[in-house]
Amino acid sequence: MTVIDLESYEDALATYDPVMGLEVHVELGTKTKMFCGCSTELKQDANSQTCPVCLGLPGALPVVNEIGVESAIKIGLALNCEIAEWCRFARKNYFYPDMPKNFQTSQYDEPIAYDGYLDVQLEDGEIFRVQIERAHMEEDTGKSTHVGGATGRIHGASYSLLDYNRAGIPLIEIVTKPIEGAGARAPEVAKAYVAELRELIKALGVSEARMEMGQMRCDVNLSLRPNGTETFGTRSETKNVNSLRSVERAARFEIQRHAAVLNSGGTIVQETRHFHEEDGSTTAGRIKDNAEDYRYFPEPDLVPVAPSRDWVEELRKGLPELPRLRRKRLKEEWGVNEHDMQSILNAGAVDLIVATTDAGAPSDQARKWWMGELARNANETGRSLDELPVTPAQVARVAELVAAGDLNDKLARQVLEGVLAGEGDPDTVVEKRGLKVVSDEGALSTAVDEAIAGNAAIADKIRGGKVAAAGALVGAVMKATRGQADAARVRELILEKLGVEG
Amino acid sequence: MTDISTIIKLTAAQTAAKIASGELTAVEVTEAHLARIDAVDEKVHAFLHVDREGALAQARAVDAKREAGEKLGPLAGVPLALKDIFTTQDMPTTVGSKILEGWVPPYDATLTTKLKAADVVILGKTNMDEFAMGSSTENSAYGPTGNPWDLTRIPGGSGGGSAAALASFEAPLAIGTDTGGSIRQPAAVTGTVGVKPTYGGVSRYGMVAFSSSLDQGGPCARTVLDAALLHEAIAGHDPMDSTSIDAPVPPVVEAARNGSVQGMRVGVVKQFAGEGYQAGVVQRFNESVELLKSLGATIVELDCPSFDLALSAYYLIAPSECSSNLARFDAMRYGLRVGDDGTRSAEDVTALTREAGFGDEVKRRIILGTYALSSGYYDAYYGSAQKVRTLITQDFEKAFEQVDVIVSPTTPTTAFPIGERADDPMAMYLADLCTIPTNLAGNSAMSLPCGLAPEDGLPVGLQIIAPAMKDDRLYKVGAAVEAAFVEKWGHPLLEEAPSL
Repeated sequence: MTVIDLESYEDALATYDPVMGLEVHVELGTKTKMFCGCSTELKQDANSQTCPVCLGLPGALPVVNEIGVESAIKIGLALNCEIAEWCRFARKNYFYPDMPKNFQTSQYDEPIAYDGYLDVQLEDGEIFRVQIERAHMEEDTGKSTHVGGATGRIHGASYSLLDYNRAGIPLIEIVTKPIEGAGARAPEVAKAYVAELRELIKALGVSEARMEMGQMRCDVNLSLRPNGTETFGTRSETKNVNSLRSVERAARFEIQRHAAVLNSGGTIVQETRHFHEEDGSTTAGRIKDNAEDYRYFPEPDLVPVAPSRDWVEELRKGLPELPRLRRKRLKEEWGVNEHDMQSILNAGAVDLIVATTDAGAPSDQARKWWMGELARNANETGRSLDELPVTPAQVARVAELVAAGDLNDKLARQVLEGVLAGEGDPDTVVEKRGLKVVSDEGALSTAVDEAIAGNAAIADKIRGGKVAAAGALVGAVMKATRGQADAARVRELILEKLGVEG
Repeated sequence: MTDISTIIKLTAAQTAAKIASGELTAVEVTEAHLARIDAVDEKVHAFLHVDREGALAQARAVDAKREAGEKLGPLAGVPLALKDIFTTQDMPTTVGSKILEGWVPPYDATLTTKLKAADVVILGKTNMDEFAMGSSTENSAYGPTGNPWDLTRIPGGSGGGSAAALASFEAPLAIGTDTGGSIRQPAAVTGTVGVKPTYGGVSRYGMVAFSSSLDQGGPCARTVLDAALLHEAIAGHDPMDSTSIDAPVPPVVEAARNGSVQGMRVGVVKQFAGEGYQAGVVQRFNESVELLKSLGATIVELDCPSFDLALSAYYLIAPSECSSNLARFDAMRYGLRVGDDGTRSAEDVTALTREAGFGDEVKRRIILGTYALSSGYYDAYYGSAQKVRTLITQDFEKAFEQVDVIVSPTTPTTAFPIGERADDPMAMYLADLCTIPTNLAGNSAMSLPCGLAPEDGLPVGLQIIAPAMKDDRLYKVGAAVEAAFVEKWGHPLLEEAPSL
């Protein structure tokens, strides 16, 4: 592989002003495909979820999925877009073996939603407004697996396997207007935008938007222009950048690469770029010359989509609280600082904590468990928090047991460990493992007496007024009761027996 | 037992009545038609595929229903010839093309399902111009069909097989599709009846697309009433076709049973005349107009200036849509695959397959349409054609403010000899001069026989055009004209056809 020259990031920004355009494809979470009744469930046997329509068999005709249209309108409204009163689908004609009809049913010059914006919050709290050009409906293609080549691409492959299960799954493509004025923060804006969009999509309930599953895919278009100039430079289009971190890295890499090319007197070629997760670099793909001609024309097999204003307003009324505003509200309600809120967000814990408090736990307890013990477990086992086999209601129950004095923190951790290990709900684990706090005063009293007798020197210190030394005796009692004693009560008993005020 | 020659000359309505009364069994009727096919189809070549076993099984099921005392539908047990453009799970569907040779679809078209539900006996699939592109059936990859009136002449197209099956008494009913005249022009040159319903009146689901915004399936028969019965059986809203109209089917059968033009205003468009119209065609058309007057109609002259642009607009819109619709024939999933020897790329295999699998006319239209949709040409070609389409629709709207129906010759000439226009696409395209405006506007039209041209003794078709969703007017007028002509001639026109 050829080594790509890069300018240092600081030097690149000292000379050039980056302009970005972000295109995000979101796979909708509809039960059926965009134009037929086939299931959209993932990870099924190849070609098991197909029919004459999504296979593009001769004679088959599409019918629009109304939930797909509804989802598109919701996204449009949440992005502050205008919603078209009348729009059509178009055919985008090009050949590829995984496209059953050899045209993609998409929208061209009549998108369902247009002219909007999304305010995104940067890490220091600054709000950056990203203008939205359009959001339109289209269908996904099938999936090709190219076998036998070195690159996994079609060229050089000895054969290809085609799976049409994905063909016809509804997609919404959301395109920004050129993002200008972000300067050195362009990569951060790109990441924050995609992150915010993902939160928004999830909040709308139209898709799970899992980037690692390909449910949300981002293309990063980037160009540089000399600082202080207006005309856009030639752009590169980095395709399929599929994590938040990658979006930031891709933008940063392209800024440095473009700057190196321009500084050495070269010109940027308008081309697609492949992004490489391993080192954050991009390499050249297809040249995008103007010969590319999709011969768009209105799809004659579909009637126009004309959402009534009543329907649009009804959908507008039903929109959920915007994620950014919700986060702001929760941050205040929870009384956490910006940094902690960001950590909670990064951990994907916001909804889990909310659900746990909804189930009755105090928010500090909910945060403590999700961001502590459970986050540690998720990290160790390579899972995300929502993949852990524990429900917010179970976490709330653990918190309740702690608050009632039935569990202490140490025991609570063991209970959660049991729940994660599949031993049952918290009460079952407590029962089976015998994890109840010892609250039998007689047994405790005996244990305390034994601890005092066995640690005479420490007991004397306490009697002498060194109350802080009581911790050592508490530890001894806890050890003797295998951690099942209520530490606070133990301390009270010790001080009581030694005649000291706590 | 009724003899074969009597059975095959019955109308669909008569056949159904005899089956319902027990005078004939559906099996007898089917066997008679299969025997007729055996006897004449070698000469006519109306069929690409005959489903002997399937047809007899359907017929037996009808007879069993009758024996069980079940009520039979109005076309139960009546044989039908299905244009090879509708998908059938139990028969190949080739669309007259090598590229789909031997393809047996995994699903039935909505129309196929409706025919089966109506207990119609499907005899087989009929020949057609490849992908319905043509006016003579000479573009079929499987050889031409002969016109039963003169086997050296074309039976029209693209639905020449269906029309010839009717005219040669191989079937009393047939299905056609009409993108620019493919039902009506074959009906005209074979002395049969064909109707292009309102666009959206009959589901297109499972009808292999040529030009999606123009294609429309419809009934073909030997009488107006038979066409109406078939129309009713296949029409209606289909949730699988978004362009299908969600409204009740116009009362076509009732109209066909109550033919009348008394007090109706009938339009004659001045653009449907002039150079290129055969004298005998003009003569029979003028006589038809006189007949309409004598039956109580008022004739109104109409000026529809945009109709002069219809052919040009059509030959931009239809090829444009076809260039996209036919893109799916890439040798990847079904149909023909040429050159896949393990050394060639997917692109090469696709190219070789298309080279071998598509005929000249199909290639011509794909190339034309690809060009017309190209960036830089789109506005001048496809865009302008769509504007013309709007103007034609407006001309019709204005016309139908003044008249109830419009009449014209269906096609400017009678059947021409096979081979005469095969190398002259422009001459071939002129055959659809009078039928195309209706497809562009989406309204309904019928062709029915109005006599033989004196100079060649071949059938001439009268076209009746009605507004969208007023298909019943076609039948009301058509039934009146048919009755008057049969009375005048003393017999149906097809009686004059030579025996094969």
